[in-house]
Amino acid sequence: MVNEIPVIWLQAAACTGCSVSLLNSASPTIKNLLIDQVVPGVHVNLRFHATIMAGAGEPVIKVMEDTAKDKKNGYILVVEGAIPTARDAVYGAIGERGGKPVRMEDRVVELAKDAMAVLAVGTCASFGGIPAAAPNLPGYQPVKKVLEAKGIAKPQVNIPGCPPHPDWFVGTVASIILNGLPKAEDLDDNLRPLAFYGTLIHENCPRRASFDEGKFAKKFGDDGCLYELGCKGSITYSDCPLRRWNDGTNWVIGAGAPCNGCTQPEFPDLVAPFYEKLTDVELPTIGEYWTTRKEEK
Amino acid sequence: MGKIVIDPVTRIEGHLKVEAIVENGTVKDAKSSGQLFRGLELILRGRDPRDAQVITQRICGVCPQSHGIAAALNLDTAFGIADKIPPNGRIIRNLIQGAHIAQDHVLHFYHLAALDYVDVAAIAKYEGKDSDLNSIKDFISRGELAPFVPRYEGDYRLRKEINEQAVAHYVKALEIRRTGHEMVSIFSGKIPHSVGVIPGGVTTTPTVDKIMAFLWKLRILQDFINNVYIPDVLAVAQAYLDYAEIGAGCKNLLSYGSFDLEDGNPDLTTRQRLFKQGTVSADLKPARLDITKITEQVKHSWYEDTTSGRHPSHGETTPKYGKQGAYTWLKAPRYDGKVYEVGPLARVAVSYAWGDPAMRKLVDSSLAQLKAPPSVLFSVLGRHLARALSAKYIADSIEKWLLELKPGEPAYVEYTLPEEGVGMGLTEAARGALGHWIEIKGKKIANYQCVVPTTWNASPKDDNGTPGPIEQAIIGTKIRDESNPFEIVRIIRAFDPCLACAVHLISPKGKDLGQFRVV
Repeated sequence: MVNEIPVIWLQAAACTGCSVSLLNSASPTIKNLLIDQVVPGVHVNLRFHATIMAGAGEPVIKVMEDTAKDKKNGYILVVEGAIPTARDAVYGAIGERGGKPVRMEDRVVELAKDAMAVLAVGTCASFGGIPAAAPNLPGYQPVKKVLEAKGIAKPQVNIPGCPPHPDWFVGTVASIILNGLPKAEDLDDNLRPLAFYGTLIHENCPRRASFDEGKFAKKFGDDGCLYELGCKGSITYSDCPLRRWNDGTNWVIGAGAPCNGCTQPEFPDLVAPFYEKLTDVELPTIGEYWTTRKEEK
Repeated sequence: MGKIVIDPVTRIEGHLKVEAIVENGTVKDAKSSGQLFRGLELILRGRDPRDAQVITQRICGVCPQSHGIAAALNLDTAFGIADKIPPNGRIIRNLIQGAHIAQDHVLHFYHLAALDYVDVAAIAKYEGKDSDLNSIKDFISRGELAPFVPRYEGDYRLRKEINEQAVAHYVKALEIRRTGHEMVSIFSGKIPHSVGVIPGGVTTTPTVDKIMAFLWKLRILQDFINNVYIPDVLAVAQAYLDYAEIGAGCKNLLSYGSFDLEDGNPDLTTRQRLFKQGTVSADLKPARLDITKITEQVKHSWYEDTTSGRHPSHGETTPKYGKQGAYTWLKAPRYDGKVYEVGPLARVAVSYAWGDPAMRKLVDSSLAQLKAPPSVLFSVLGRHLARALSAKYIADSIEKWLLELKPGEPAYVEYTLPEEGVGMGLTEAARGALGHWIEIKGKKIANYQCVVPTTWNASPKDDNGTPGPIEQAIIGTKIRDESNPFEIVRIIRAFDPCLACAVHLISPKGKDLGQFRVV
């Protein structure tokens, strides 16, 4: 008997980049993840994903709504994208009910209420991300804030990144299958799994030696640490330098570009301008400076 | 008279609703409606101009690279360095964009469009030894058929063996598009949302190991396009020949052109490019494009009527949700007051019409296989074929560019951020003509505007009441079974709509909207 784990993947104000990144999963592949028993005896049953599923219109909305009813507390809700909360206009809707569009926020709240766990995939769902950047007229909020406002407490994991590395999502899901819902000590203060977000990019960067020696790239194409060209690796938590991207092909700093801090709650407003040095204060105090800047926010 | 509502339209990017009014089995009216508002252009205002390259990629995770290129071209012109990009920088940009678009076309055909023609559920009866197909058979036998069921039923026509092969190719294509992304990653760090393309060129200097890695991934991509993708499009075409006569649309096509082939020319409207710039209509006679003739109309969009009819670069956008007669967050861009379609069909047809010999040969030989005249391009099948040929044309061009790279020479030119400036970036995203415009004041973005492919294609009726390209393609279509409206979803998906691009861009009225000129 194969244990089917139903998953509803909801796209709110998203760009679909998180989904496309997941398609790049190398081992397991996306086919292994959706068709095969991803762990022996367990199959991830992706019941709703607007970019992937065959059906359209009312029949697929029914599948989504039926899952919430029939699999109460037995399905995983994945949210990609930030959630518009402004009430004076319908800034975003998913499907209809009784001939009227259903607001994204209402969908997320309804589906979260009966979910086993909620996974916020990407920086928009985790922290607000790009849509919540100033001036944020539609009132974009991350999943956690939306659910807190409605008094819904569900086990939640944030898997930020713009987009997240596919391994971070796959690893989180596999961990739930193999070990159950994550415990508090598995997550950091921002609900990120420590297994993937436990160290600063700066700690594992191959250009770290240049930083320590004070050798800084002055223009793109130069060798040396990219700090002065705007690199935010010194305040950004992720295992990018070790894991690398696109099946280990390359990564941001490997391409000679500065890290833009995309896994952080501060992305984008507090890490921009992306091509300006993080701070003018003395280098050893970067961490201290950052804490202060956050408090000022 | 019946109404068919498809909400959400799936297997596209973003949130789209389509309504069709059906009378005696024929669509009399259609409404294409964008269901999400994000406001990226407003976010850009007041920021460091260089950040536009990072932020505009986040408009769309399916085609981020095209926005990255458009932004870089836009900033090159605004910074006064459009004639100074080193050849290595120009070529690496082409390689990054080329790999990205070619894999995007593969993704579209197999993973977004094919399930309308290919019957995955039929694999339950597969009896061969292909391990992928057998794993799908196992999957079906377990009884949980999501995400392949529910779906529209009753019109899967491929012969058993061809259908089985197509399902196996659906799985194979997942690997191929991943390989395409790895190619992008070689020069651009990661993808989606890559980092290599910046104003002034690219961040990566070419090395021999990168060139070789790219070349042999390219071979995998080319092999698939030539020996699997194009034959599959032709096989689907043979089984669904009626779709050569369905979904003709407005028959006006527009392309900005893309893939720069010369250095030192700062003018994007005259720069030599692989895909040519221009417009073409049913007679396939090419005409030069005059960018100033683009307007955006909002009579049927959720914005104040007073903002209608402006050039996008002067665009002002005041949301008015629920406005009488309006039904979408998309505006209606028009060229010279008329409805125009953009996309691979436009890109291929414009180059064909200008007489590009390689494109002539490619299109004519494919049409000969189908024993069809060029007019057949204006159809559902024509759009799929043009997309496949666009992929081949790009992949075949990449090889030559790759070997023109000069390791050790720069790929980036330094510049000083100007106090003021205006810029324009025109390119072709996978889905068609993409334009970015910027105005800089006090070293900050005073105004940033994007006009994206799906805003053209999924646009609503304009101020004259003329429906947009997708709407026109649906209107007049005979629907065989109103509870399984295959015709409508096949027409829509042949355009490859990307709603993230189309509706995430609209910006509400700002406090000090700068006057904006097209350079």
